[in-house]
Formats: sequence, structure tokens, C-alpha cells
Amino acid sequence: MADASYPDDLLYHPDHDWARIEDDVATFGITWFAQDALGEVVFFDPPEVGSSVTAGEFYAEIESVKAVSDVIAPLSGEIVEVNAALAETPEAINEDPYGAGWMVRVKLSDTGQVDSLMDSDAYQSSL
Amino acid sequence: MSADTQQTPLQLERATTIFEKGSPGRRAFRAPELDVPAVDGLLPEGARRAEPPRLPEASEPEIVRHYVNLSKRNFDLDSGFYPLGSCTMKHNPRLHERVAALPGHARLHPLQDPLRAQGALELMFNLQESLAEIAGLPHVSLQPSAGSHGELAGVLLTRAYHADRGEQRTKVLTPDSAHGTNPATVTMGGYEVVKVALDDAGGVDLDDLRAKTDENVACLMLTNPSTLGIFDPNVEEMAKIVHGVGATLYYDGANLNAIMGYSRPGDMGFDIVHFNLHKTFTQPHGGGGPGAGPIAVSDRIEPYLPRPQVVRRAPANGGPPTFDLDDDRPKSIGKLRGFQGNYGVFVRTYAYIRSLGAEGLKDVSEVSVLNANYLLARLREKVGDRLPLAFGERCMHEFVLSGAVMKKELGIRTVDLAKRLLDHGYHPPTVYFPLVVDEALLIEPTETETRETLDAFADAIAAIVAEAEEDPDIARNAPYTTPVRRLDEAGAAKRPRVRERLARSGDDA
Amino acid sequence: MAGYTAVTPEDLATMLDAIGVGSIAELFAAIPAGVRLDRTIDLPPGEPEQAVYAELRRLAARNVSAEDEITFLGAGMYDHYVPAIVDMLMSRSEYLTPYTPYQPEVSQGGLQVMFEYQTAISELTGLPVSNASVYEGPSAVGAAAYMAKLANKRARVLISRGVHPHTRATLETLAVGYGSEIVEIALDDALTDLEALRDALCDEVGAVVLQQPNFLGAIEDVQAICDAAHEHGALVICAADPLTLGVLEAPGNQGVDVCVGEGQSLGNRLDFGGPSFGFFAATERHLRSMPGRIAGETTDVDGRRGFVLTLQTREQHIRREKATSNICTSQALNALGGVVYLSWLGRQGIVEIGELMLQRTHYARETLAAIDGVSKLHDRPVVREFALRLDVDGDGGLRRVLERCATAGVNAGFALGSEYDEYRDGLLVAITEQRSRADIDRLAEVLAVAVAAERDAAEVTA
Repeated sequence: MADASYPDDLLYHPDHDWARIEDDVATFGITWFAQDALGEVVFFDPPEVGSSVTAGEFYAEIESVKAVSDVIAPLSGEIVEVNAALAETPEAINEDPYGAGWMVRVKLSDTGQVDSLMDSDAYQSSL
Repeated sequence: MSADTQQTPLQLERATTIFEKGSPGRRAFRAPELDVPAVDGLLPEGARRAEPPRLPEASEPEIVRHYVNLSKRNFDLDSGFYPLGSCTMKHNPRLHERVAALPGHARLHPLQDPLRAQGALELMFNLQESLAEIAGLPHVSLQPSAGSHGELAGVLLTRAYHADRGEQRTKVLTPDSAHGTNPATVTMGGYEVVKVALDDAGGVDLDDLRAKTDENVACLMLTNPSTLGIFDPNVEEMAKIVHGVGATLYYDGANLNAIMGYSRPGDMGFDIVHFNLHKTFTQPHGGGGPGAGPIAVSDRIEPYLPRPQVVRRAPANGGPPTFDLDDDRPKSIGKLRGFQGNYGVFVRTYAYIRSLGAEGLKDVSEVSVLNANYLLARLREKVGDRLPLAFGERCMHEFVLSGAVMKKELGIRTVDLAKRLLDHGYHPPTVYFPLVVDEALLIEPTETETRETLDAFADAIAAIVAEAEEDPDIARNAPYTTPVRRLDEAGAAKRPRVRERLARSGDDA
Repeated sequence: MAGYTAVTPEDLATMLDAIGVGSIAELFAAIPAGVRLDRTIDLPPGEPEQAVYAELRRLAARNVSAEDEITFLGAGMYDHYVPAIVDMLMSRSEYLTPYTPYQPEVSQGGLQVMFEYQTAISELTGLPVSNASVYEGPSAVGAAAYMAKLANKRARVLISRGVHPHTRATLETLAVGYGSEIVEIALDDALTDLEALRDALCDEVGAVVLQQPNFLGAIEDVQAICDAAHEHGALVICAADPLTLGVLEAPGNQGVDVCVGEGQSLGNRLDFGGPSFGFFAATERHLRSMPGRIAGETTDVDGRRGFVLTLQTREQHIRREKATSNICTSQALNALGGVVYLSWLGRQGIVEIGELMLQRTHYARETLAAIDGVSKLHDRPVVREFALRLDVDGDGGLRRVLERCATAGVNAGFALGSEYDEYRDGLLVAITEQRSRADIDRLAEVLAVAVAAERDAAEVTA
């Protein structure tokens, strides 16, 4: 497992989710803190492409050896892509939570919501 | 011991299932002869099974050898110390097996005419009375089949009680240290779980409780002593707060072993209590069941008890009382299961209570508390700096140590200590529960262990800690001498294989 | 010292000294006076082993068990022969006394037994995924309906009137908790009324529950029920009698989504209703949401084959509202009895025992229905249990007939009127491999006399 890291180019939600914003499309995943708390991830069931997500509400479940947890959406929008590779290698969420462990890509419905997220420093101090 | 210890015989033996044994045509069962005329066409079109199920084909000696050898890959309570906190692994008296096997008990059909099952009903009634006295609550149902089943009963009884008053409450409170089954049960009962914080002493934080207790709260679920092994002195105040809003107070009986003869949940103010007959009352754990989780309730909850209830009737002519199953309970929540409960467990529990009697049960609690405090004292002497007590100074029948200091200073975690204990011939204590303690190690010796056993266990823990000072890798890669070593649990969850692959008829295996 | 404790005066002195207190009483100081019990528990004093044994024998002698009479009483639990190897294995320390396998390295015995049991149940039911057992039959249906509700979010369950009355009652009770509405589907000549079922099916129905064979012993058309249910997107839950599955088609092969049932017939004693076990099997899609314990295969660090409890996360959900059940116990010891029994019975044996019951049940039904005053309540195909009508005066008459039979040493069966108002004159008769032709003939003899006597007495008072 990687050492604790919280990349500066990402934005963070208090429920331990990150977002990478590229114009009006955002990529979501869970932070190093979340994967560490969960333990080894064994199963991730992504939502369907085309379904919508709402900021602050859960959109999928992630299962580790210890527990099942909800994954919270940092922003609202419509799912345009899901990381299908996680079906075979869910452990990517632990090993590379910000890279290969990405979960969904979302076309944002309200880019203004981005302002409500925290930067890396703010998120780390909240831990 | 080290990583290159030679393999033990059990380690060398590959695990083979019963399905990999036997051979087509072998058999153990001999069917009685067909003594009636054989008739064709008794089953409708499409109802008959085309292919017999692929059960094993083995002789009796093969089956016996398989399961006897398989049993040797198990550690068990008869064989060694098993200080699993919260589970109360006390000795299982063999008298109980003998009486439970008496045909008059074992071969009795649950729907037998009650007039022809008076022994069973008398036993159940007497057991009810005994449990009521131990709990300090007058009305008992023996129906729930396990602790969590009893908890569900408690939640459903609470719901029925409030509904009967025209109220629709939505929340159930449980403390942060609660067992995992409590929130799951609450959800199945249709309520929302609200967690109550603990104070620095490990008891319920009264201010937080007051803040969260309102008219929407249906019930507070507690155990006392708590899962930290500490008796919460504020229980009377908690009862006042909760009863003040008309909510019920539920007692999880998992830790009853600590207080028999000293205190009773009914006297503490609880409305509903469940017992774990497989913890406090010696029903053997059986590798994970069966158990039983009867409940005792106060007068105001009594109308809602499951049906049937075992009752005693005094006959009109003044003869001896008879016992019966009373189904006529209009406000009952109904049934939680078929028939009337795990009678085989009641037989064993009843034998236990008759064997021990009032002084014996009090002795159980005294020695369980004595043994726990003694073991704590020994561990403090030897490893108290590395494995401190998580809360308080003393304990009741169990105590929680934290492995956080050990992890930081020696680089081995509670799980590593536990795995190394296996090499010493012990079952480890409960690990990583309760969740409120970091690297928790929950130890419950029970009253049936001798002082020598406790001394030896404390020595083993000390030896493992000392070993870790020299070389932490040994514990990290333990165990070495068990039939299998550490297993890939993540792999089992990612790609679950939950049954043996069987060959189709005519295929190669 | 009392019971099973062993603290000598020397031990006590050493221990109190190590703890740093002067007496045991000090260890209970945390209990406030207000909740302290200031008297002894009001129970009789303890007794030595032989006295307790005598007492339990006295109580046993007040019961009339299957040892004492020829019994045709079934209705959910059956007097099958339990082979001696089951008793022997269930009483071994290594199986009887350990806890749930939380340390798999020293629990491979118990875990492998679970794995083998799961395999056997999968085979019997024709469904790929089985758990390691639940408490018993009726609550297994309750758990299955809850799982179905979580799966398709629909809150209505249709249940056939042919399902065991205890199962229907348990489902009603549990459904109050998780908020499902239970609707009963009537019987049409002892089988689930397919038309009534089709009428009741709609988008709000999440599950259909049936029993095979049903409570009246009749063989249901499982395929037709599954087809109808699936057309509307409802799951089918079938409560099956496991010992009929040697001759009856596997429910999984007929479209059933979840097959559960009472396991008592498989190597477990009657025990006045428990403990036994419930089996629970389902299609692959439900693997991650099944209640109860599941054993899974894996390897250890050296590559050895081994087994662990797996998929246990559902009880410990972080947002715990999603927990699919609160079941902590399996019925591990009883399930051991089950898999040993199924191994003992074997692939051929389970077919043979089914055939034997099939033929003897047919013989019994024909023989009894030929008695004057006795007729078939229904003539549907049956496997091991069937229902008769007695031409006597309602509940009272039937009760007296049963009483006469019992006095003659035969338990004639279950009086249907206690659970079905429409069958006040009904008698449910069960056959196991232990009921020989001679036993059946004895029942016929005794029943004929009892019915005749009852009818004569009724005439006299008329």
C-alpha cells in the first residue's frame, strides 16, 4: 500500500472522496485515508452509465474484508464512464487510489458546486 | 520456532473434502426393503428429478475416518484455554449431553399433544421461572433461537408496545461500544440506529444520552457490564432518562456471567432482557451454533410476547398443576420461528441451573470476575507497559487491552500476537473488538479455568512480547505449527468459491 | 467452590494478593447500592450430578416420544432414523465445543464441514450458492423475503396458503419490522390457485413464496409458479422438504431463485422442535447479499488449500441500514449432522429413501381411505405426507379419535383444524422410512376402530 498522500491537483469531500476536474467532467474516487480505513478492497459494484449522482449522497458500495461502505459523490451530475477494470482488480483502489483506482467519470450538472470542496491542505487538516 | 520449522503431519496432509473420497457404488445406508406393492406413475409429469444429486458414495468406515480426521484440524475448548472475550467460553458439562439424549426429550415431537408432553412443558416452565428470577423480570419467552434473535424480538416487542399506544417512533439508541448485531437488528426491526458516545471512563456519556433522547426514541439498547468489561454505575440515571420519554430499555445479556447473585437487569430498570444460553448457561458452541436467546420482560411488555407461551394451570379439582401451550394471545407479535424454540438447549440449561443452584450461580460470577482481575494483574506485571488496560483500573468478567503501544514500539499488531498465541497452544482472545479501542484485545477467562492456566497464559503473552523485542518478524509471520498458516481472506472474498466443483456423470473428475 | 470452578483457599489468597484487594466483594464495588441484590437468588440449592440426572429422567418419563408410540405425526418435523455415526461425530469435543471459526488456522475442521455442507445443499436444491445454515425453516423464509425486498425494493410478498402455518406466521411477524405487506394466495383443491396467483401478481410484488410439497403433502407445479412470478419481475422463494429432493426435481432447475427449508429431517433429532437448522440456497446474483455465515475456499501463505468465513461484511455495514441480516450464529453442529447424514445416505440412498416413502405413502393413503368414515381430503400426487377427512363431529370428534388411537399406542397424525378452519375434519398423516407396512396396517386397524367408536357414540347421543 502506498504511503499517505493527498495530491494537490485534486479537490476533496469530507466523506473521504476526491474529484479531478477537467472542464465540466470530473473523475471521482476515494482518498488514501478511506482505503486505509477499509482495508483490502475485495469488491466494487459500479453504478450504470447514464445514471445520475447527487453531491453528498451515495452512488455505489465498496466492500472490503472488514466491512461494506457507501461511496459518496462529491458533486452532482450524470455518469459517463465507469472503471470496469475494478471488477477484476478491486485492489487497485488500495494500491493507486488516485490513478488506476478511479471509480466513475461524471458530466457535472452544476460546476458551481466545485467551490464547496476542500483543497488538499484543508482536507488533511480535517482528518 | 522459526519460519523454517519442519512441517507438521497435519500441515503435510492436503485438505480433501468428502466429495473427493469414496467411489461410485460404495454406500453406507441400507434401505429397508420395499414391503408394499410398487406402483408406477405416482409423480406428475416433470416433477421427477432427472439426475440424482451428486452426494458422496462412500462406506461408513470412509465417512467416519474422514470426519474424525477432519476434527483434528480444529482447536476446541475441551482441549485448551479459549479466552474469547464476549463469548464466555466456559466448560461444557457432559451430564448435559447425557440428559439431552434421553429419548423422552430427544425423540419428542413438537406437535405432540401437550397432555403427552408434560415433562417438556414442566421443564420449560421451570426454566422460565428460573430465568425470570435471575433477570429480575417476571415474564419469559423461550422462543428466540440465538442472542441476535432475542434482540430482534426485543425490537419487535418495543415496536408493538409503542404502536399499541398509537405512537410511531423512529429511533433506537445504542452505545458506540455495542456489538455488531445490535445495529443490524435495529435495522431489521425498522428503526434508525443512533449512536451514543462513551465518556472517558468507558461508560455511556450521560450528556450525549440526554441530548439524543427525545420522543422519537423507541428504545435504548445496552449491556452492563459493557463490552469493555466495565460496570456502568450510571445505569439508574440512564433508565430515568429513557423512561422519561416513554422509551423502553433493552439489556443485551451477553455479559450476564459477571453479575449473577449481585445484580439483576430488572432491578437496574431494564424492560427487556435477552439471555445467551450458549454463553452464560453452558450450551456448547458447536463451532458456531446452536444457541438460544430467550427473553424476560416487564409487565408492560408482557402482552406482546411471542406465541405460544408455556403456562401452568391449576386444575379445578385441586389436583397437581398441568402445563400447556397458550396460543390465545391477541396482542402477541406472533411467531419468530417454528414450534416453540430450541428445547434441546433448554434441557441442558435446566440441568445446569439445577446443578448449580443459587450459590453456584453466584459462585460463577464471583470466580469469573476474580479470574479476570487476576489475569489482568499478572499481565500488568509482565507486559502492562506494552499492553495497557484500555479503560479504568479494574474490570468485571472481561477486560480490554490495547495493542497500540506494542504496535508503535515493537512493530507487531494485536493480530500478530494472536497468531503467535496459536503456536503456544491457545485460542487467542477476541481481537479488534470493541471498535472503540485501538488494536483491541478482549480477554474473558471465565470461571472454569484454574489459576495455573491463567499463569501459563500470562507467561505465553510475555514470551511473545519479549520475542518481538528481539525479532518482530516471527510474530508477523505466525502461526507456524497450525494445520494451515495465515490464509488469504481477501482472495476468498474477491473470487468466492463456496462449494466443491463436482464432476457431471460421465465426465472426468 | 461449586459446580465447575476450582479456587482453593490457597488460590484465593494468592489471587487477591496479586490483584491488591482483600476480598472478592471489593471486586464488585462498582455496582451501586441501588441496583445491588440484597438477598440470595430465589432458586433451590444446587444438586450433585446423579440427582440432576434423576430429575431430568423423571421429566423425560412424563413425555410420550417416538420411542413410546408408532407415530405418523409430521407437519414440519419428522421421525427419521438418525444413524449412530451422527451422534458420535456431533459429540466429539472438536466439533461440539469450539466457537465460530474466527481464527481459521485452527478451525479448518469446522470450516471444511461448512464448505462440504454448502456443497451438499447446493446439490440438493440445484442452486449454486448456499450459506452455512440459518436457525430453522420458518425464519429462513422470513430472511429470504427480507433479502428479496433489499434486492428489488418491492414491499409486497405473496405467500401460498399451502405454506406451513408457522412459516406464514413468522413471515408476518418479521415483515412488520422490515415493512413488507404479506398477501395470502388461496388453495384450489389442495394446490396453490394459479389463477389467483396471476391475478395478484403486479409490479409491486417482490417475492412469491411456496412450499414443496405443501403443508397438505401435495406436489406443487413449481415451474408454472416460477414462470408467472418471473413475468412480473418477482423472485420465487421455495421452502422445500429436503428428503424429498432425491425423487422430486431440484427447485433450482425449475426456476426457483431462493430455496430454503427445515433441515431437521437430515440427521437431526425431533428435540421437541429444536435445535435443528435451516438451509438457504440461491442463485449467483444473491451471493453477496445472503444472510448468515458462508465458508469459502482459499490458500495459505505456503499454498495449502484452506477455508475461511467469507463475505461477512453484510452484518457490519458501515452505514448499517444496509445490513442484510443480523444472523450471527449458524447452526454449525446441526449442519454437521446434516452433511454427515447426507454422506451416509449417499447418492443412491437419497433416491431410495424417497422412493420408499413415495410407495409407502401411496399404500397408506389408499389403505386408510378405504376405512369406513375416512376419505381423502385431496387426491393430488404426494410424496411422504397426505391429508384425510374423517366423518366425525368437527374438532371434538377428531380429537377423540386421536385420543383413542394414542391410547392404543399409535399417534395418527396432525389435526388440521387447529390451523385451517376449512379442514376441521382433516387429519395430516406423515410417512418416514421408519414406518413399515406393518406399522401402517396397525394404524389402519386402530384408526378404523377409533372412527367407528366415535361414530357409534355420536349416534347414541344424537
